[in-house]
Formats: sequence, structure tokens, C-alpha cells
Amino acid sequence: MEIPAIVGAGLVVIGAGIGIGRIGGSAMDAIARQPEATGKIQTAMLIAAALIEGIGFAALFAV
Amino acid sequence: MIDEGFHLFSSSKFHHGETVAESNGKFYKLYHNKVYRTDAEGSLTFDDHHHPTNIKPLDFSITKSVLMIMVTGVLMLILFTGLARSFGKGPIAKGAGRFFEPIVVYIRDEIAIPNIGEKHYKRYMSFLLTVFFFVWFLNLFGLTPLGVNVTGNIAVTFALAILTFLITQFSGNKNYWKHIFWMPGVPVPMKIILAPIELLGVFIKPFALMIRLYANIMAGHIVLMSLIGLIFVFKNWIGSSLTFVLSFAISMIELLVALLQAYIFTMLSALYFGFAVEEHDEAH
Repeated sequence: MEIPAIVGAGLVVIGAGIGIGRIGGSAMDAIARQPEATGKIQTAMLIAAALIEGIGFAALFAV
Repeated sequence: MIDEGFHLFSSSKFHHGETVAESNGKFYKLYHNKVYRTDAEGSLTFDDHHHPTNIKPLDFSITKSVLMIMVTGVLMLILFTGLARSFGKGPIAKGAGRFFEPIVVYIRDEIAIPNIGEKHYKRYMSFLLTVFFFVWFLNLFGLTPLGVNVTGNIAVTFALAILTFLITQFSGNKNYWKHIFWMPGVPVPMKIILAPIELLGVFIKPFALMIRLYANIMAGHIVLMSLIGLIFVFKNWIGSSLTFVLSFAISMIELLVALLQAYIFTMLSALYFGFAVEEHDEAH
């Protein structure tokens, strides 16, 4: 029930959300430019999203 | 368990922690799910924090997780030897092999070859395939009502990450170690700064693999269990049914996460192997 822990967890989730959101946005732009590269872009997007989520979860569990 | 000699006995001798189990002249008692060596009456001496100070033997009991790992291992063995045999004479697989063959080919063509390269990928294919299906099946079993949670156990993911770590270190060639300790192509002060960071990275990358898989699966299970518990908190029809729909949706997401986490683990392991066996190219 400590306030700093709760605030910290919220900040971590905000950071992860912003990061993954930006990646998703860039992926959308890239797919719009070149629809035939959709497969590769999706793969790269998923990898980057998983990496960010990994850090997010690690920080969340540490908190 | 091992305690000055090998003891093998069924845990039902413990009677859920009430009696003392006796095996080959030594007595053991179960206290808070841990096994301690005691004397014939089962007395435990406690220290200031109410922790017992008896000796704990090396405990290799077969827990539910261990049993699940063994069951999954046998399942994978049967499944994939069947797949290999179903090829028969021609290049077309029959039966269940038809489902798994595209997955295996995908792992080879999209994960192994782009990351590790044409020359060396065959050595690592067995590990990558095993890890992918192992993690995927265990994640899926964790979502069933069996109540086994193997990949949500940090010891299991620790073991998997240690395997990746050992394989990368033992297959690193000269280029790999040079890139860590003395990165070519940057000025000397930068090289001195980069060396400890790269060395730290060698340990942090498998550590992140462990944490990523553990936290994803554990968090998914916790959210799902909380939502299912929430169904019973609501006493009216509307709240319970809406919560039921929500938990169903989250279960579908968890199915996706099961596959995705297996894919990410395999992909990142292949990436690290690729770094270890990379030949020197002129792009540097």
C-alpha cells in the first residue's frame, strides 16, 4: 500500500505503453508506404514490442 | 533426495506434514512445504525469525511442475518422431505432420537462417526447435484447467535462459569476443568505455529472456485468476456475465501470448547465436 510503489508502477506502464504505441505507429506508416513488406514489418514490430514489454514487466515485478 | 546417500520414498509418508517419515535410518519432516532432517520425534529447532535450523537435504522430489515437464517431453518425443516417420518415401507428410511441418520450416527459414547464417544454422536448429515447442506447449498447458504452471516458475525459465547463455558462450568465435572487449572500428577511449557495457550485456541478455517469459506468463495467469474470482464477487447476473465475457477475452489473448512468447524466446536465442558465430564482414 505504499504510494511511491504505486506511482512507480504507473510510470513504468506509461513508459511501456508510449514505447509500444510509437512502434505500432511507425509500423503502420511503413506498411502504408509499402504494403508488400507487411510480413517483415509485422515481425520486426512484434520483436521490438516484446523487448519493450520485457523491460516493462521486469520493472513492474521489481516494484 | 540426497542426504549422505540416496533416499527414495513417496511423499505420502509425510501425511501432509503431520508425521515423521523414516528412510534408511534418517528421519524427515515436512514443514511449510520444505523437508528437514529431524530425530525420531520430529522436533524442529527454531531461530529468532521462526525459521527451522535443521539441515535441509538436497531435495529432488517430483513436483507437479517436474511431472508436467516430463509429460511434455514424452509428448514432444512421440509427436516429432511420428512427424519424422510420417514422411515415408515422399516429401509430403501424412497425418499430424501436416500441421507441424510448416512451423518447423518457418523456424528454419525465418528465424534460424536470417540470424545465424547459411553456414552454421544446422548446429543450432535442434535447440531452437526444442525450445520453441517446449515453451509453446508448456504455456498452453498452463492455460488448461489442469492447474500446472511450469513456465510461470522462475526456476524453469532460469534453466532455459542458462542453456541459451551457455550455448552462446561456448560457440563464440574470435570475432564475438573481440566485439565484446575491443570493439573494432571505434576510437580507443570509446573502446575502453564500451568493454564493461558489453560485458554486462552478455549477462543481461539471457537474464532478460528469463524475466520476459516468466513475467508475461505469470502476469497473464494472475490477471486471469483475479478476473475469474471477480465473477463470484458480483451477486447479480449482469456483472457476472460481463466479467465472464471479459475473462474469456483475456483467455484468448493469453493463447496469443503463449505462442508469441515462445516465438520471441526462440528468435532472441537465434539472434544471440548469430552474434556468437558471426564472421567478419567488411561492413564494419
